[in-house]
Amino acid sequence: MIRSAVAAAVALCILAPAIFAGAPAKSIILATTTSTRDSGLLDYLLPDFTSNTGVSVKVVAVGSGAALKMGLDGDADVLLTHDPANEKLFLDGGNAGANSPVMHNDFVLLGPKDYRLPAAYASNAKAAFAWIASNAVFVSRGDKSGTHMKELSAWKASGAQPASNRYVSTGRGMGDVLSMTSEMKAYTLSDRATWLNMEKKLDLVVVCENDPSLFNPYRVMTVNPKKNAQINAEGAKLFFDWIVSSAVQKKIGEYGVKEFGRKLFTPDAPVSK
Amino acid sequence: MDTFTQGFSSAFTLIARFDPELYGIAGLSLCVSCSATILATAVTVPLAVFLGLHRFRGEETFSRLTGALMSIPSVAVGLFAAMLFSRRGPFGGFNLLYTPAAMAIAQALLVSPLSFGLAYQLSRQRGRENSEAARTLGASRLQTLRLVLRELRPALAANLFIVFARAISEVGTVMIVGGNIRYQTRVLTTAIATSASMGDTGFAVALGLILVTLALALSSAVSFFPKRDREAAG
Repeated sequence: MIRSAVAAAVALCILAPAIFAGAPAKSIILATTTSTRDSGLLDYLLPDFTSNTGVSVKVVAVGSGAALKMGLDGDADVLLTHDPANEKLFLDGGNAGANSPVMHNDFVLLGPKDYRLPAAYASNAKAAFAWIASNAVFVSRGDKSGTHMKELSAWKASGAQPASNRYVSTGRGMGDVLSMTSEMKAYTLSDRATWLNMEKKLDLVVVCENDPSLFNPYRVMTVNPKKNAQINAEGAKLFFDWIVSSAVQKKIGEYGVKEFGRKLFTPDAPVSK
Repeated sequence: MDTFTQGFSSAFTLIARFDPELYGIAGLSLCVSCSATILATAVTVPLAVFLGLHRFRGEETFSRLTGALMSIPSVAVGLFAAMLFSRRGPFGGFNLLYTPAAMAIAQALLVSPLSFGLAYQLSRQRGRENSEAARTLGASRLQTLRLVLRELRPALAANLFIVFARAISEVGTVMIVGGNIRYQTRVLTTAIATSASMGDTGFAVALGLILVTLALALSSAVSFFPKRDREAAG
């Protein structure tokens, strides 16, 4: 009696992961930024895709740099990134199939509630970064993500660089870095969507925003199927067509309006023919 | 103190209301670690018991080597497994990366040294008397092995819990191989890491409570076995 019960339990345990694994052909690997995940956008959008097409999406949120590398190696089927310079290199290398701008928002510079950054720099990113380099602690993504790349170009533009004891390079995602920055009462750069989604849990405020250099464009690219036999080119194309469709673009523009009173992303895909 | 009490009260609410995501994560943890334990045990225990019965040159060194491998860091195993299962890796064709199946296999790899080492020690200490008696009576190698396995069964069963506890509490392997994908490959340990760092204290505490309860239950389960068997197992 017990023996058969044990045998049944054993069989169930061995089979269960296989059941959960799902048919590989009906899934795609989406390599993307942590901001699309931590802002809640993907949780909001993706169920619609899976129910329409039956293709499940494995969201691997690793930061734009790592996502582009996955695309380069053929480890992902479709990419959603925000690092224009490296995206251009990726495209020039013939690594993508279809590609399109998909949405944009902006970055914001965040600091502790009792921040000392001069109010005069409230929309001057160059001056703000220069001030932070000599006067405060900055928490960096440190993971070659789109946000990290933007931060590095901001330091370059400001002509300043914080000393090592004032620069915390974490290698973590946007949500994690925001939590750490809040704890440490330091400064950091974040995309507005993740910031708004996490604002209530943090003790941070926006100290600098609306500078044109803080523009944050996102691009969607399918990975060139010639890279290896496992790339799900069909699924990737379905995803691409779905995310640039006017219906989904409209949905992107609506995300956050109800909860935060403003949209978190502005749709960018050219109107479908 | 506010976050503390808030965290615990939201946690109890989630647990009492059978929050589907919470229990889904716990269920997946159990499935993955159960499979990993069974797989590791099935592969390593017969071999370990067999080897333990026979003397061979370098026995002591071998024993120490298995002991050392027991504490292999989980991230190292995760990295190795991810390289095996990635599309460019030798097993890429199976599309296993970021699936629970891969997580179970990788965890099995992680706990195999432990499962092997425990069984090997047990066999060396207690298996030899039985095997020698059996051999004297004319039993074949296979028959002897089966006899010893039967004799050691309670102690081997106790080992199962130790191996399972190691599997279910590790985070490095399943994080790298599974990718911590919501609703698909998120288990108790990886979910706690994510929730805690995102400030979802209530959810993190709920997960933690479940994990600790499981760990305590498993440790208590070992105590149901007769003391003599447990001593040999430890």
